[in-house]
Amino acid sequence: MKKSLSARDEPGSGEVGDPGRRSFLTRAWLLLGAVASVEIVWLLTNFLRPRNPRADSLDQSELLVAGPIDRFPPNSVTAFPEGRFYLARIESGGFLAINRKCTHLGCTVPWIASEGKFVCPCHASAFDITGEVINPPAPRALDLHPVRIENGIVKVDLRKSLQRSAFEADQVTMA
Amino acid sequence: MPTTETPQASPNLARQIWQSILRTPISASTDRQRKRVVRDHIITHSRPIRVSAATLRYTHTWGLGGMSLVLVSMLMATGILLMFAYQPVPGGAYQSIVRLEQEVGFGQLVRNVHHWSANLLVFIVGLHLLRVFFTGAVQSPRQFNWIIGLCLLAGILLSNFTGYLLPWDQLSYWAITISTGMIGYIPGIGSALQNLIRGGSEIGSATLLLFYTIHTTVIPALLALGMALHFWRVRKAGGVVIPEQADEEFSGEIGHGPKKVLFVPNLLIREFSVGLILVAVVLLFSATIDAGLGDPANPGMSPNPAKAPWYFVGLQELLLHFHPTIAVLLVPLLAIGFLLAIPYLRFDSASTGIWFFSKRGRQIALWAAGLGVVTTLTWIVLDERLGNAGAWMTGVPPIVSGGIIPLFLWGVAITAGYRIVNRKYARCNNESIQGLFAFLFTVFVTLTVIGVWFRGTGMSLTLPWSS
Repeated sequence: MKKSLSARDEPGSGEVGDPGRRSFLTRAWLLLGAVASVEIVWLLTNFLRPRNPRADSLDQSELLVAGPIDRFPPNSVTAFPEGRFYLARIESGGFLAINRKCTHLGCTVPWIASEGKFVCPCHASAFDITGEVINPPAPRALDLHPVRIENGIVKVDLRKSLQRSAFEADQVTMA
Repeated sequence: MPTTETPQASPNLARQIWQSILRTPISASTDRQRKRVVRDHIITHSRPIRVSAATLRYTHTWGLGGMSLVLVSMLMATGILLMFAYQPVPGGAYQSIVRLEQEVGFGQLVRNVHHWSANLLVFIVGLHLLRVFFTGAVQSPRQFNWIIGLCLLAGILLSNFTGYLLPWDQLSYWAITISTGMIGYIPGIGSALQNLIRGGSEIGSATLLLFYTIHTTVIPALLALGMALHFWRVRKAGGVVIPEQADEEFSGEIGHGPKKVLFVPNLLIREFSVGLILVAVVLLFSATIDAGLGDPANPGMSPNPAKAPWYFVGLQELLLHFHPTIAVLLVPLLAIGFLLAIPYLRFDSASTGIWFFSKRGRQIALWAAGLGVVTTLTWIVLDERLGNAGAWMTGVPPIVSGGIIPLFLWGVAITAGYRIVNRKYARCNNESIQGLFAFLFTVFVTLTVIGVWFRGTGMSLTLPWSS
């Protein structure tokens, strides 16, 4: 809705200060201002965007070598603090690399060997040896890292993190 | 050759210099001088020359806004001092604080003042919000100032939050872990937002630097601008809200509005006293009780329990009773929406400037507050006993059984309660809206109190005095 600023009512009359030219210039300025604002926001978000998601953690250029298969008996859980995960070997002999971050709010979940489960100290979520939720409030099973077995050596790819809602048999890597 | 040099050359020069700095004297003994003090000095220049006599009473505003300004100033001063000692990197942060406390002269005191002022500020600002609302200072021409105030509140909470991480001890690290963990439950953008706030997927050096910059630079700058705007709007509205006067004492001459008195000394001396007493209280407290520093942050070990900072604990408590998306997204959005809408509600009557609007309004508000406490406690205890009550609704997704349905029930109860009060008890909706506000506020306070003192190991309900 344009309002004439001058007394003249006819735009485009060609006189000095005619409303047509003034309102055009005003709108041009506003448009440029809007474009500038968008550019600044774009610049700021790019500047502040997190760089490499793992920039501040360990150098994950290689797979983490966990050890030879025989070092991990079935039904055991071995902690790898430097990789922030647990290597679980379930009864069938298969391996799971379980991320230690609780899926509720992110606390570090310890493995309680005497009870045979992961119990989160923050809000008492509990998970079994496969990382499946036994006790809420955790909404889903613990995340996994892909496990590779090469020449009898168990290796874990920490660059990838797999979210899952529950345990499925095909998540296990067989020896 | 200066032949006109008088024997009193020195005192003349000194007086000249003094008078060039203070062109109007600071001390005033006549009314004319008092007015000039306000007009001609930068610190008092933003104040009015006259104020309404009816607003001088301490219990009208309790000086809460002024206290907030004093606390913010103390925070900025101590904050700047702390910046000389603190190192914003995970490897050095904790040690720099230990060194500050043990080796820097008055280091512990400065840190304590900073810590206690910050916590007290959240409390005082909350009380200020209550005062503004319950004296009806939200209607025109103060509507937008309420919004500005809410923005300031957001800035203060964010400042507290970012500051909480800086000591990099176990408390800091895990409080921020779970608080930012809550953000992950926002559907769609949650994950990206969480990474943006953390500066990465984990809490680390990027997070610390981000929080440090926001805490020391961005927020103080925004707060300064916001406060300037906030005070300006108070001036434009004619000062604080003026209480309706039934008696003659504060009435001005007929047709001239409420009686006014000079700012100097009437309001100045009152403000100065409150400010000074506040500074004294904070200093005494800080000299006695330390801010506290836990064990250095250990990403491998979460403490039990791990709680968010106290002003967010109410939200964490809500998370224990509702589906995460409801607790983290819907309820906060509704709460913020309600707060933003308050100045623009259709009030039946103009503000009276009197606390709680009227005697009936006070009764309704108090009853509503009591009801808020009782219903919240009942809900919390029932939820603990019944456990996963939504489990019997087989086939229904948890977001509905544990989220939408209970939220809907609460919504129905609150709406019905409001309608009943508005129709049967209140004389105008100012009183019922106050009741609604009082109810919701006490619900939030109760959640916070439970979360702070009644949640122990594993976040189970425990009495605070049982170990």
